[in-house]
Amino acid sequence: MDLDINGSKYSINVEPNMPLLWAIREVVGLTGTKYGCGIAQCGACSVMMNGELLRSCSVSVSSAVGQKIITIEGLSKDSSTALQKAWIALDVPQCGYCQSGQLMAATALLKRKPKPTDADIDSAMANICRCGTYQRVRDGIHVASGQKKLNDVLRDYANPGSQQKA
Amino acid sequence: MNLNRRNFIISSASAAGGFALGMTGAFDVRAQSQDIALPLKTTNEVNLWVVVKPDETCVIRMVRSEMGQGTRTGLLQLVAEELECDWNKIAFETPTAGQNLARKRAWGEMHTGGSRGIRISQDYVRKGGVAARMMLMQAAANQWGVPVSELKVDKGIITHVSTGRKISYGKVATEAAKLTPPDPKSITLKNPRDWKIAGTSVRRVDTLDKINGSKVFAIDLKLPNMLCAAIKSCPVFGGKLNSYDESKIASMRGVKGVVKVNDFAVAVVADTWWRAKTALDNLPIDWDLGVNTKVSSSSISQYLKEGLSAEGDFWQRKEGDASEAIKKANKKVEAVYSSPFLAHSTMEPMNCTVRFGKDKVEAWVPTQSAENALAALSEASGLPLGSCEVYVSDIGGGLGRRGSLHDFVHQATAIAKQFPNTPVKLIWTREEDFTHDFYRPISMAKMSAGIDENGNLTAMHIRVSGQSINAYLTPMVIKNNKDTRQLQGFWEQPGDAQLGYSFPNLLTEYVMRNTHVPVGPWRGVNTNQNGIYMECFIEECARAAGKDSLAFRRTLMSKHPKHLGVLDAVAEKGDWGKPLPAGRHRGIAQFMGYASYSAATAEVSVSPNGEVKVHRMVFALNSGHYVNPSQVKAQIEGSVVMALSAIFNEDITIENGRVKETNYDNYPLLKLKETPKVECVLVPSYDFWGGVGEPTICVVGPAVLNAIYAATGKPCRNLPLRKHGYTIV
Repeated sequence: MDLDINGSKYSINVEPNMPLLWAIREVVGLTGTKYGCGIAQCGACSVMMNGELLRSCSVSVSSAVGQKIITIEGLSKDSSTALQKAWIALDVPQCGYCQSGQLMAATALLKRKPKPTDADIDSAMANICRCGTYQRVRDGIHVASGQKKLNDVLRDYANPGSQQKA
Repeated sequence: MNLNRRNFIISSASAAGGFALGMTGAFDVRAQSQDIALPLKTTNEVNLWVVVKPDETCVIRMVRSEMGQGTRTGLLQLVAEELECDWNKIAFETPTAGQNLARKRAWGEMHTGGSRGIRISQDYVRKGGVAARMMLMQAAANQWGVPVSELKVDKGIITHVSTGRKISYGKVATEAAKLTPPDPKSITLKNPRDWKIAGTSVRRVDTLDKINGSKVFAIDLKLPNMLCAAIKSCPVFGGKLNSYDESKIASMRGVKGVVKVNDFAVAVVADTWWRAKTALDNLPIDWDLGVNTKVSSSSISQYLKEGLSAEGDFWQRKEGDASEAIKKANKKVEAVYSSPFLAHSTMEPMNCTVRFGKDKVEAWVPTQSAENALAALSEASGLPLGSCEVYVSDIGGGLGRRGSLHDFVHQATAIAKQFPNTPVKLIWTREEDFTHDFYRPISMAKMSAGIDENGNLTAMHIRVSGQSINAYLTPMVIKNNKDTRQLQGFWEQPGDAQLGYSFPNLLTEYVMRNTHVPVGPWRGVNTNQNGIYMECFIEECARAAGKDSLAFRRTLMSKHPKHLGVLDAVAEKGDWGKPLPAGRHRGIAQFMGYASYSAATAEVSVSPNGEVKVHRMVFALNSGHYVNPSQVKAQIEGSVVMALSAIFNEDITIENGRVKETNYDNYPLLKLKETPKVECVLVPSYDFWGGVGEPTICVVGPAVLNAIYAATGKPCRNLPLRKHGYTIV
């Protein structure tokens, strides 16, 4: 079975019904794509297939043959997409486990809608984050899409409220 | 200057108080720590906390686990501040539990929970930073033959003021490491007003690998010849494994074996995890479901209800005569509240990798407590602590699940024991995670109060009936049959989780009603439920008295200026009393936990069919000090999400003795579209050190519930709200 992941070809010998997620993680060995629920509920396993967002835990590896798969490792060579830069600048991740999926979902959104509204973000970003990073995910998308200035957003986070000094 | 370096660090560490180790039973890491020789130190280890490399990198050590809460960045800021190094040239490392043990626990206890990561270690790690700076400067002074008082340092460059000579930390580290550490009495910490790195919103030091897929969580670990295991425990708590038929799966691709893990669980081991899990799904298993198969949520509910009126000696605080005062009161207010079992559901499922060597057993563990994991590994393997080692990875969510019981370490060890010299990675399915958690305990509260003819509250009677965490995890800490932990937040003593109100008459009671369902700490622990009981009931009392919610609270808080301080701060920032757009309503709440004071306001609107929109949440926090305001705010943002998720959505129910909810489709968590914008105001008073991750969750629920009450005129007393007519949108 031949897979095209992040522009590289992988020849693997696995059961056709193995979920794409586990082929990517355990056979190809790219572990940035995460297992969270196995039933397409949480989004931690999100990848792109031919430019479309896909929850890889719930499709078989055989259905990915001949398709172009992009995982979190394939977003950029040097963590340099606008979204990745915004994620770093705003300290979006907490534990980080869901963030591969969040970034894949956000990447797919910006591809479809380069200037998403809050309502667009609401409907596109359905990934679960137990740490609760949603507010920064939203702001990260606004910054990456050029709709908010990084410094304006950072000011809110870096100087919350009126602090008293000792 | 007589003290040797180790004594200096141990004495400063032990001053912070030792945390009880080996919660699984008779294990105590300390008991075995005497016979193990110190490993050789590297020549540029200035002290336990600071290593300076020749290329000027300052490696700062910390021993707390990082699960997203930002403790690592905060501790590095504190050490770097006192060290006067260049923040752009720092790196970090974490000694293992085995290394700590081998050096006689020189780094102190390693537990990360109870929002203690920074507040418990800040004193000794800052002193470690000062001591390292003093030694580095002394080494420079010795080299130049000048008194150290003539030197100054900035960003790791030492300057002799009068001559302008300069030398960097990296050039003197090896000599500094040979010096006698300074007398602890000569160590002075900076005043926080002089901080330049600590107290500022520097970016986290651990973000990059989380945004490009390169971070290796424990679940991602790859080792040569590694096998993977999937596990199933008896679906009914307390039931047992009778038998299984491994012949049915023996020929399945990749399967290496079936292991009886213990009396309650069976695992399949295969070359990949998906194959192990698929084979396990096909394994015929016969369970002895045991005696609990008739227990259900409704039977548990009846049991707790009975506790609300049971006769007995349940009191914990008795000030005046609350029962009599309520009887005589002009107006009597009474309400019964309830909250369900909840699951942790960390995004990274439970997992652990173990390699069982001939004389050594190693484990790779996502744990909040490296030393508890080491104790579990030793207990499960039967090998002495000195033959065990635990490597802690950063954790994909802790929330209390990975701190005390290390069930997954015990299981992985039992499995790996059957495959000598082969690493075995155990991963739980999400279904196993939901059905074999230890849950936030279920409870109910009967709240009663008396109000006089002037609208003053004269008496308060709180009776909580519910399950005890201590009874399940740490029964030895329950003294005189009074389990004070379940009344967290109602305590009289200051400093940790003190009730912020003074009532002329007060009676608090806890009626222990344990079930067969395992329970444990869940972010914020009992402040979650107790904060809701108190703050929603105070709201009912305020309305019964015809008083403004804020003013009514304030009259009861004159003896609690810090509680009052955050309440006033949030009222101001949250525009309390100011007009709102049509259809919007406000709620307010304050509570204390983990040595910090929290208050919140919420603005909501409620549609006729119960759709609740939370438009705005404002938060005030006095955590005494703070180290990184952006990360403090991140914890508040996270607390808002987790608390809203809990009050609207989350519910673990029991049917036929087992947990009914198995995955996110029937245990829905809050999502981005339902998340309000969070504003906050930090009001540190700089006279104590409080926690952040947990004390920020307990006021979110009651502030929102009180806002819904304001919108609908009806109090919300039973959770989750989605089962009582409300959905969050």
